[in-house]
Amino acid sequence: MARKILVLGEVREGALRNVSFEAVAAAKKAAEGGEVVGVLFGESVSALGAEFIQYGADRVITVEDEKLKQYTSDGFSQALLAVVDQESPEGIIFGHTAQGKDLAPRIAAKLQSGLISDVTDLEEEGGNLVFTRPIYSGKAFEKKIVTDGVIFATIRPNNIAPLEKDEAKTGDVSAVSVEIKDLRQVIKEVVRKATEGVDLSEAKVIVAGGRGVKSEDGFEPLKELANVLGGAVGASRGACDADYCDYSLQIGQTGKVVTPDLYIACGISGAIQHLAGMSNSKVIVAINKDPEANIFKVADYGIVGDLFEVVPLLTEEFKQLLVNA
Amino acid sequence: MNIYVLMKRTFDTEEKITISGGKINEDGAEFIINPYDEYAIEEAIQVRDANDGEVTVVSVGTEEAEKQLRTALAMGADKAVLINTEDDVEEGDQFTTSKILAEFLKDKDADLIIGGNVAIDGGSGQVGPRVAELLNIPYITTITKLDIDGTNVTVVRDVEGDSEVIETSLPLLVTAQQGLNEPRYPSLPGIMKAKKKPLDELELDDLDLDEDDVEAKTKTIEIYLPPKKEAGKVLDGELADQVKELVSLLHNEAKVV
Ligand SMILES: Cc1cc2nc3c(=O)[nH]c(=O)nc-3n(C[C@H](O)[C@H](O)[C@H](O)COP(=O)(O)OP(=O)(O)OC[C@H]3O[C@@H](n4cnc5c(N)ncnc54)[C@H](O)[C@@H]3O)c2cc1C
Repeated sequence: MARKILVLGEVREGALRNVSFEAVAAAKKAAEGGEVVGVLFGESVSALGAEFIQYGADRVITVEDEKLKQYTSDGFSQALLAVVDQESPEGIIFGHTAQGKDLAPRIAAKLQSGLISDVTDLEEEGGNLVFTRPIYSGKAFEKKIVTDGVIFATIRPNNIAPLEKDEAKTGDVSAVSVEIKDLRQVIKEVVRKATEGVDLSEAKVIVAGGRGVKSEDGFEPLKELANVLGGAVGASRGACDADYCDYSLQIGQTGKVVTPDLYIACGISGAIQHLAGMSNSKVIVAINKDPEANIFKVADYGIVGDLFEVVPLLTEEFKQLLVNA
Repeated sequence: MNIYVLMKRTFDTEEKITISGGKINEDGAEFIINPYDEYAIEEAIQVRDANDGEVTVVSVGTEEAEKQLRTALAMGADKAVLINTEDDVEEGDQFTTSKILAEFLKDKDADLIIGGNVAIDGGSGQVGPRVAELLNIPYITTITKLDIDGTNVTVVRDVEGDSEVIETSLPLLVTAQQGLNEPRYPSLPGIMKAKKKPLDELELDDLDLDEDDVEAKTKTIEIYLPPKKEAGKVLDGELADQVKELVSLLHNEAKVV
């Protein structure tokens, strides 16, 4: 059944986030030959439309307004509801990011629809669109379908592969004017603490440190390794609580949920709340001096040893490999 | 100030998860207040103590949630309400729960509603914002700080590690993120007092709702455990050789570098 699916793109620092391209790929699957309409909100976002289309959207609708410069649930929900009203889509998909988590439930409530959040896969099975999502902190999975109303889902970053970019693809980018009424929330200040460089939730390689890193300086060798691999540095709550690093690096149930290709856990014991944030990583490496540490139970490869010895050796070895590659 | 807390009784995820009859096996498992809702209860108590007023903790669930509601009363909440859906709702979803909560809250003149930002079992994080939308009040999710001055409110919201300082006003719904506060443990006198505090029980009927009004919009068709990971390979030998082997495995076998 062909369906029209809206995909709300997420703009960060002037560019579309990768998860928005993944959402287009998910929407293509859900559309089953129907139209995938990209939607962009901001002060000036129409220039991003072309790339959205190159990643698979058939056309793009923009709403540009000064009040949409920063995300607020009031501003974005007015804009999105206006677009939904105009387009009457059969489905809506966007990223399960801070923005997506905040906005989607409100839109679902307004549309009196269901919402399947934090989706890691979708598949057509027997005439139904079946969504897979982790539950119980990743210890189990459930498959869900929508039984009534619009098909609405948010997808977890790094799980659904984006389509190949097609530089030749073009499509219509058109502006819709929506009167954005007063916002009941005013953002006074944004304190940026998240890592410079690679975005943790979308990184392909993450080198994470725990309490075993022992100090702020102890993170230096981890940073070097991450640099060599083009990855990002993450942390356990143990390391954040001990002030070795900022909470913006925290991975786990309360921190970020990540699914990189490679996760290197250094001096992390592997508490269930930490595993909740990283156990779905494709390959997990554990470096820990305690052979009984729980992290070895989820690791694909482990080295029992002192991270301050192992990590610099690893950095050197990767350097060699990548120089020769 | 009239404060409501939305609370869920959850399976402790520290527990081992097994499946029987297509469902998560709950026999003998430990149940707790959803940890994020504990932050919400603590915050509500602190706001009440600073501004006067009353804290009511509400839960949609079964009779078994009484235990967690009593714990909330023992922490210091004033009243508890259980909306018992055992007889009426077989399989609800977030549409169901939020509709019930909003119906309950709509005539309560709540100044402040606090929930956890996500429940650690289902992990959907929808109920807070849905309830706010149904009540037509503003909401802010994943907050780590809450300052109230009259009806003006300043909150700090965690946005993937960055912080936003947001100004808004009451009435308001917020959802708690870790870092908001340190939830207290119930004290012995607290536990004694809790026994005498009101814990009301309602059913859908009492809210003028019937099953059809709250029928789920989504359905779970399967629950399964992730394929058991084969035991990982813990390397041995000289450290330098282990490192070489690891790099080679990541490059040639796992092909991630
Ligand atoms: C509601 C709730 C939410 C939570 N959310 C999160 C979350 O989102 N993320 C999270 O991470 N935690 C979370 N936690 C905390 C979690 O339970 C653990 O306390 C935390 O993950 C432990 O951090 P750690 O592994 O760094 O520290 P520890 O458990 O202390 O482990 C340190 C490890 O380092 C090893 N080590 C020490 N020195 C060295 C060395 N030189 N070389 C190699 N190894 C070494 C030790 O053998 C040990 O295994 C949460 C807890 C609760 C209750």
